[in-house]
Amino acid sequence: MANVATFEAGTAQLLMGNEGIARGALEAGIGFASAYPGNPSSEIIGTLADVAADAGIYVEWSINEKVALEAAAAAAFAGVRSICAMKHNGLNVVLDFLMGLNVTGTKAGLVLVTCDDPGALSSTEEEDSRPVAKWACVPLLEPATFQEEKDMTRWAFELSEQFKTMFLLRGVTRTSHARGDVRIGERLPPNREARFTVDVPLQYTAIPAPPKHMAAHQRQERIREVFEEAPFNWYQGPEKPELLIATCGSGWFYSIEAVRALKAEDRVGILKLGTTWPLPEKLVRRNLARAEKVLVVEEIDPFLENNLKELVGEDPAAVGPKKFYGKRSGHIPSAGEINPDIVTAALAKILDIEHAPVDPDYSQKALALTSFFVHPRMVGFCAGCPHRATFWSVKNALKLDGRDGFVTGDIGCYTMAVGPTGFWQLKTAQAMGSAAGMACGFGNLKGLGFKQPVIAACGDSTFFHATIPALISGIYNKADYILLVLDNSATAMTGFQPHPGTGRTATGGPAPAIDIADVCRALGVRTEVTDPFDLQGTTEKLLDLLEDDGKVRVLVSRRECQLVRARREKAPYVMRVDQEKCIGETCGCARLCTRVFQCPGLIWDAAKGAARIDEVICAGCGVCADICSAGAIIREAAQ
Amino acid sequence: MTKNKDPLNIIITGVGGQGNVLLSQFVGKALVREGYHATIGETYGASQRGGAVMSHLRVSRDTQYGPLIAQGQADIVLGLEPLETMRVLSQYGNSEVVVITNSRPIFPVAVTTGEGVYPSPEQIQSTLEALSSKCWVVDATEIALEMGAPILANIIMMGALVGAGLLPIGAAAFEAELRDSFAGERLETNLAAFRRGMSLTAS
Repeated sequence: MANVATFEAGTAQLLMGNEGIARGALEAGIGFASAYPGNPSSEIIGTLADVAADAGIYVEWSINEKVALEAAAAAAFAGVRSICAMKHNGLNVVLDFLMGLNVTGTKAGLVLVTCDDPGALSSTEEEDSRPVAKWACVPLLEPATFQEEKDMTRWAFELSEQFKTMFLLRGVTRTSHARGDVRIGERLPPNREARFTVDVPLQYTAIPAPPKHMAAHQRQERIREVFEEAPFNWYQGPEKPELLIATCGSGWFYSIEAVRALKAEDRVGILKLGTTWPLPEKLVRRNLARAEKVLVVEEIDPFLENNLKELVGEDPAAVGPKKFYGKRSGHIPSAGEINPDIVTAALAKILDIEHAPVDPDYSQKALALTSFFVHPRMVGFCAGCPHRATFWSVKNALKLDGRDGFVTGDIGCYTMAVGPTGFWQLKTAQAMGSAAGMACGFGNLKGLGFKQPVIAACGDSTFFHATIPALISGIYNKADYILLVLDNSATAMTGFQPHPGTGRTATGGPAPAIDIADVCRALGVRTEVTDPFDLQGTTEKLLDLLEDDGKVRVLVSRRECQLVRARREKAPYVMRVDQEKCIGETCGCARLCTRVFQCPGLIWDAAKGAARIDEVICAGCGVCADICSAGAIIREAAQ
Repeated sequence: MTKNKDPLNIIITGVGGQGNVLLSQFVGKALVREGYHATIGETYGASQRGGAVMSHLRVSRDTQYGPLIAQGQADIVLGLEPLETMRVLSQYGNSEVVVITNSRPIFPVAVTTGEGVYPSPEQIQSTLEALSSKCWVVDATEIALEMGAPILANIIMMGALVGAGLLPIGAAAFEAELRDSFAGERLETNLAAFRRGMSLTAS
């Protein structure tokens, strides 16, 4: 079957932006790829892992983003073109190393891809990666089309190697995680011999700092000159438009769509920039001089907007008076995703054009006919998810314990326990590993009157990524908390990537499986393991651990992700509700199963006044049979 | 005729886990195979976790379009779940839109917990008729269950889209895509599901 490694040059293929980046890296002849998964970036290295054998390259899922970039940089120091990818949060993790790598430079091409998630569609926060480029003096590219995802990646490797410095390529959800047709190019083979040699003393150290910092700034000016001629920057529109749109990345498609929707092609020109740091200042000034009004269209922060203003401020006479519109003026929202409607509305407002995108009669009719039925769909744990079962036991154990205990959390599928399907148990959610880190603080407040038990919840991949230091810090400082590891044997939230606990590598080969419980026991703390589907046993273990307080204790709640299991085998049980036995609304907790437990496989049969199984959705895990006090939910072994 | 509109704006919608992303990818690949520009924007954060999901698919002979369709600008809505079809129409619909929806409900939490009501089959039919220029409500999940796997509903719906003659390309490109993706018994099952779907809307 054809894949990104074997696609024929010259053919058109439907590629996700991230697959385009992967193909661009292969066309550039990379030999090394690493990442920690995080949406919307995961498919870059995932795609390369799937084709590693065909492409003859090394690919790994690293334990976290910092190690991923360190590993990729090492390969580049050894003369091998390397790519490293992460989401915006990952860039935060990597900064300590990046702020030395930026001045150290590289030998072979090194490209770091960071994918931002405007609107936080698959994130816990939204954040703009681009200021790091300016701050760290690293050149920044922003692809706007699917073709550019591929072509700019390839180009970035050439420039990175030419200028001996890493390049940053920024994607956003609607460029990285959308799909479009891409014309495939030729591949350079990864036929380099890896060898580490030091040609100049201190070549691969960040020290001595001031001269290397100075050299980075000088290099930036030389790169700026190359960007002046880059094929990814262009102007489209009348010679002297009434308004200039300056845009990059996802803003490009929305801008042309907005101009078209308002039939404003004669009034508006678009400056599309692919190289957004350092800005090609001559090209930018030349185009800014076209119009007095400038609308900047970009996603998340006013990065381009502020940098354009900086260029105007340096030499106002060169470009003439300007009126800027964008995030600072409120024409483009300063948070959340942008889209064609937002850009069209901004443009219509500035140009004073009447614009009604939707037929008001139709809208009113649609609202009247559908609003009564169209309820929001809360994101929650899947049918058969072990996390729902674990949090059910946590909820019950904390209630029985009666000391107002609570759960700290962090990032993974289990973050959804901030909501109803995890029974609102998670009270904090910030960064990878922060559940245990915060528990180190809560767990040392006893001298200040703090009496509440603390449970820190982390996933298996998060345990390896960032929890281990907080665990050790807690043990060392005698913090009082239970670390609850929700071990579902996959990095489930980002697409079930393997990690050090799974016994598999990124490319599917065998690996030493590092047992989380063994790691904890080796640190000398009491460690218990439970099956979350055993509700009673898990609750009892939790209660026992809650009583055994005054130190760090660990409970590993281990059960494979239902979605992973279902790929391999059929459901263990066939579930049904005996509607004669179901006492419906009169059940002790008023429909405990459908109202409180909230598994999507259990639905309410309004006509019968009883619960019912939705046989399309039910995963056959059998857990709900144990929560029904009337014994109406029946679990039968599947044939 | 919808199939000659350029760009052709298609929204494929459903609930996470129904195979929405795979379905939009099949349609996109078949179009690119036939020389069209195709762009797909997905809401995917919730793609396997019971959230409302939607793929925007934009098709053109001339140029590549952006991944998001503006409000009120859908030409075709293909729904894997009736409530999601309604949700999409209320935001992206217009009096010309053509709708094909699966009939099988997936209850949102508000319905399961008893706070909300789910529309009856009659209410679904009349609402969709009122909000479209033409609509088909098809029992894709029930047919898929008969065929042995509920996930086949998405391939049946793909067949329904092709059978209705709304796309500028025909069945052959889709069957070629299925042959590229499946082999053996799975290919036969998917081809059967696709053809069964076509028969549901063919005039």
